[in-house]
Amino acid sequence: MAATMARARRREAAALVMPSLVPILVLSVAPLVIGVALAFTDARLVRNPDFGFTGLDNFGTLVGNDLFWDSLRIGLIWTVGVTVLQLAASMGLALLLNSGLKLEGLTRVLALVPWAMPPVVVAIMWQMIYSANGGPLNAFLGGFGLPDDINWLGDFATALPAVIVVGVWVGMPQTTVTLLAGLQQIPAELHEAAAVDGAGAWRRFTAVTWPSLRPIVTSITSLNFIWNFNSFSLVYVLTAGGPGGKTMVPVLFVYLEAFKNREIGQAAAMGVVLVVLIVLILAVYLRAQFRDDRAERGR
Amino acid sequence: MRALVRPAQYLALACYILFLGFPLLWLISASVKSSGELNSLTVSLLPEQWHWQNYPEALDRQGLIRSSANSLVVALASTVLVILIALPASYVLARLKGKVRMAGIGWILVSQVFPVVLIILPLFLILRTLGLTDSLAGLTLVHTTYTLPFALWMLQGYVSAIPVELEEAGAVDGASRLRVLRTIVFPLLAPGVVATAMFSFVSSWNEFFFALVLLQSPENYTLPITLNMFIGGEGKVALGPLAAGAVLAAIPSIVFFTLLRRRLTGGLMAGAVKG
Repeated sequence: MAATMARARRREAAALVMPSLVPILVLSVAPLVIGVALAFTDARLVRNPDFGFTGLDNFGTLVGNDLFWDSLRIGLIWTVGVTVLQLAASMGLALLLNSGLKLEGLTRVLALVPWAMPPVVVAIMWQMIYSANGGPLNAFLGGFGLPDDINWLGDFATALPAVIVVGVWVGMPQTTVTLLAGLQQIPAELHEAAAVDGAGAWRRFTAVTWPSLRPIVTSITSLNFIWNFNSFSLVYVLTAGGPGGKTMVPVLFVYLEAFKNREIGQAAAMGVVLVVLIVLILAVYLRAQFRDDRAERGR
Repeated sequence: MRALVRPAQYLALACYILFLGFPLLWLISASVKSSGELNSLTVSLLPEQWHWQNYPEALDRQGLIRSSANSLVVALASTVLVILIALPASYVLARLKGKVRMAGIGWILVSQVFPVVLIILPLFLILRTLGLTDSLAGLTLVHTTYTLPFALWMLQGYVSAIPVELEEAGAVDGASRLRVLRTIVFPLLAPGVVATAMFSFVSSWNEFFFALVLLQSPENYTLPITLNMFIGGEGKVALGPLAAGAVLAAIPSIVFFTLLRRRLTGGLMAGAVKG
């Protein structure tokens, strides 16, 4: 009796899960597997696909592809830059909002706007801000007697930093809100006790706030890292990888290889390299974090 | 020294507000400036003359209305699909214990970090085989799949918040599980479903990458793709209408997200902390 009940329950559960399982298997699990398989073929994006297994050829070609190495370097600067600046800027804002300033409500709503907007709209907006002809940023700098004719998105030196700032703008809200929620879970008594012991603001931050936030910082940094590494639309619309490939992040490079050069197999190999790379970086980062945590507790 | 802390804090907050808010303000301001003013070198936040004409002009442009309609169709269809699919599954996810639940949650978290570049290639080939590239139906399917994980995550949180005792009471009274679901669980879930639906609508409305890869004919373009086309081509000449179009495209997202603020950040928090 109990066994049939359990079986009936399981069948019920299976029936309820099935509708989500099918699209997931067909449209995300299968593509992932096929994607890896394609990396070992010479598939091209043509009408009559006729391709064969080529082993590690694609990876061999990659090693000699300087442009791909360049894009990896740019991608790393973009990802680390955006992730670190996001964290720093968001931490500042979260601490401010947590110290009971007025305007908190306004700032919170305002802070979510960048995140809600379509990336294309964000890119259009920032193109206007950065514009070399009557853009407000140059006008602002001119007001302080600084150079006011910079072509932010078109100049080799400024394009990548300019794009990174937009990345920070988009990702900041979510990081801020998450950190703020973490801050609000820290018992006020901890701060009061530290203050009574004569700890200044900085000391209270390093001794109380930061250790309590550590787990949240670790997870939000990991997630932001992956999101930023995978982000495509913003850079594509802002600069399309230009000028002169100075903002050619890897995801964009793979897209062009696949859909402009039509080299699907080669693009898939790049994708595999990117995935391996990001998993490795995250593994090292998380290991270091956990080791520090253990050391912290051991003290 | 101590007396300076508050003013310094407000100064810092003002800088943040400027950084976060100014770009948006500038976009709105550009959308009500005449092209003469936009191309002149004098820079001012407020227009000399309010030029509302940009909005009807933006709508007049070839493709903008059509692509808005496409975006609307895709976003509504994928929202309905997401909810229909996720609702039963989220119930199972929230109520089952053990391996199934772990596998489900694990998959949801992993899918948040899917390497989209790697997936788009085979996805494109699969959809081409099915004859679904360059079609709104294909795009709807893709949007559905990619919103599903987070929708499941949100919904299972709402289900978990409903006390099991309520269901047990219903079951004791002899109601079948379907009846319990329909009369007890789903009504209590309504606010969660609304929040999830808004989220999935906005995700689809904003989405750019898949639309860029999958859609080829201009009559199938969604709003983000059409706006991007304007930048490359005629956009340079007509900044005003472009800005107006961008403002119009951002309105649904901003309205929904403002309404959803609390629920969304709660869900994200849980995801981020547990991830």
